[in-house]
Amino acid sequence: MSEKPDSKRRDFLQLSTISIGAVGTAAFIWPFLKSMNPAEDTLALGTTEVDISLIEEGQSITVKWRGKPVFIRKRTKDEIDEAKKVNIADLKDPEEDINRVKKDEWLVLVGVCTHLGCVPLGQKLTDSKGAYNGWYCPCHGSHYDTSGRIRKGPAPENLAVPPYSFLNDTTIKIG
Amino acid sequence: MSGNSEPRKYKNPVLNWIEFRLPIISYFQKEYGEYPMPKNCNYFWSFGALATITLITMIVSGIFLAMNYTPHTEMAFDSVERIMRDVNYGWLLRYIHSNGASFFFIIVFIHIVRAMYYGSYKYPRELNWILGVFIFLLMMATSFLGYTLPWGQMSYWGATVITNLFSAIPIVGEGLKTWLLGDYTVGNATLNRFFALHYVLPFVIFGVVGLHVAAVHVHGSNNPAGIDIRSKNDTVNFFPYMLIKDTIAVCVFGVLISAVIFFGPNLMAEVDNYIPADPLVTPAHIVPNWYLAPFYAILRAVPDKLGGVLLMFGAIAILFVLPWLDTSKVRSCNFRPMYKWFMMLFFVNFFVLGYVGMLPAEGLYLLIARIGLVYYFGFFLIITPFIGWIEKPKTLPLSISDVYLGGGKESPSPVSQKEIH
Ligand code: HEM
Ligand code: FES
Repeated sequence: MSEKPDSKRRDFLQLSTISIGAVGTAAFIWPFLKSMNPAEDTLALGTTEVDISLIEEGQSITVKWRGKPVFIRKRTKDEIDEAKKVNIADLKDPEEDINRVKKDEWLVLVGVCTHLGCVPLGQKLTDSKGAYNGWYCPCHGSHYDTSGRIRKGPAPENLAVPPYSFLNDTTIKIG
Repeated sequence: MSGNSEPRKYKNPVLNWIEFRLPIISYFQKEYGEYPMPKNCNYFWSFGALATITLITMIVSGIFLAMNYTPHTEMAFDSVERIMRDVNYGWLLRYIHSNGASFFFIIVFIHIVRAMYYGSYKYPRELNWILGVFIFLLMMATSFLGYTLPWGQMSYWGATVITNLFSAIPIVGEGLKTWLLGDYTVGNATLNRFFALHYVLPFVIFGVVGLHVAAVHVHGSNNPAGIDIRSKNDTVNFFPYMLIKDTIAVCVFGVLISAVIFFGPNLMAEVDNYIPADPLVTPAHIVPNWYLAPFYAILRAVPDKLGGVLLMFGAIAILFVLPWLDTSKVRSCNFRPMYKWFMMLFFVNFFVLGYVGMLPAEGLYLLIARIGLVYYFGFFLIITPFIGWIEKPKTLPLSISDVYLGGGKESPSPVSQKEIH
């Protein structure tokens, strides 16, 4: 029982059994954990096409994409100027307006506050637009500007720009 | 617990037959019959029994609700309304369950206050305390999951805000959140799994409660004087004395909860949760369940996303190490002239945090939340170790019986108590 060579052999056998057992257990757990990630059909709900011909200057609409609200705003001249003249160095999440739009008058944003996921106010004409004339999140008080950039409050990032393209002058495809 | 000792003999042949094969009869006799309770325990010691009964009530009412509930985004709200309007006594089941959750937390808060004030968390009951904090965590998770199920506006947006907390974790956060939700937003996959977990967690809690009670029974219960049991003179048997006392507590509790269930069933509910969930519109003011509000206040008091999340979870995690932060050997605050007042202030502070946690996080409320946050952590990390070093405790009574003879500085209790024994 206690001779040296024997115990070495045993250590080896014990260790290799435990390792194989551990690998096996991990391989067994993996599919269970993976099953909790978004399913194929959830991933497939990828794109939404939107007709934007009826949106007037200064108006916004909200559409649903992947279960999330997407804001589409046709910006006024003033709003565009306001977004452009901001000094980038002052921003929490520095980004030029030009890199956030494809055409100056069309601003397309995921309408989900980057703090804890509320939908910011500012889509309806009667809504509060916050201190920077864009959107205001009432949950914990984040203010976004006319480019959807975070200016004040706890949110760490600008409102996200979803992947989108102009199919023609009056239709946008999101996703 | 009886292990290798002689099996007990019972007159009843059936009991005897069972006992010989599985010594469960003697186990219950020892742990819930003869179990010696310190005779000076006050009604604060009934809240463990109350919590157990409430847990059972939650499980029973939950199972019957589940028979009529549908965990699907298109049907969940309507199925709950059907429970309220059409299912026989469905309204009662639901009001028992929703108010039961609130009362469960009231009871457990008082139970924790008891443990803190009388120093029950100290040697040799640290593991008992740790299991208790663990139960508290599981309870918060369970009721958060349950609150999602009616699929009203508060359900939806509460779930959104809380699951988004995980996205604050660097690098893995966003992926972790998606994994928890099973979707990019709170959706049908989320509702389904929340229901599955909400169903099973209470049974896990039940198991941990078993360990929690077993752990306290090893060295016996603490008591208002915070001193050890010295002799049989210091105790009364659980049966019948404590059982009767706990039964009285249960009766009073029954009256209180019935008053709420029948006369104010929505007092502790949010009206917005009677509006079906709308993923495109956030309510103007998201309010957590009142029992999560103190922690929510801490979250919002910090102007940084990750910092807020860390401090919120830290506020709970710090409870785990309380036994090692307290440097005083004296358990009961009755004999700790300085710490007693800081402890009271801690309870008041926690209440205030809860209050501002339900109000918008701006102006004065935000300032109060920040002060409350500082005191919360200051109490654990600075005051508790420091007072233990500098405080001069009052003289402890020699034994629990001595309490009734005027030992220690506590005022003597009615003589009649002494004569029970
Ligand atoms: C630790 C024990 C439990 C706690 C703290 C708890 C808490 C809650 C809460 C806070 C709600 C939301 C109530 C509302 O606003 O309507 C809820 C709903 C629900 N719970 Fe539980 N629960 C527990 C155990 C259970 C169990 C064991 C089941 C069994 C399946 C269950 C089934 C349900 C169902 C079906 C709903 C949705 C119906 C409704 O909203 O009334 N619960 N629970
Ligand atoms: S979710 Fe928008 S500020 Fe917190």
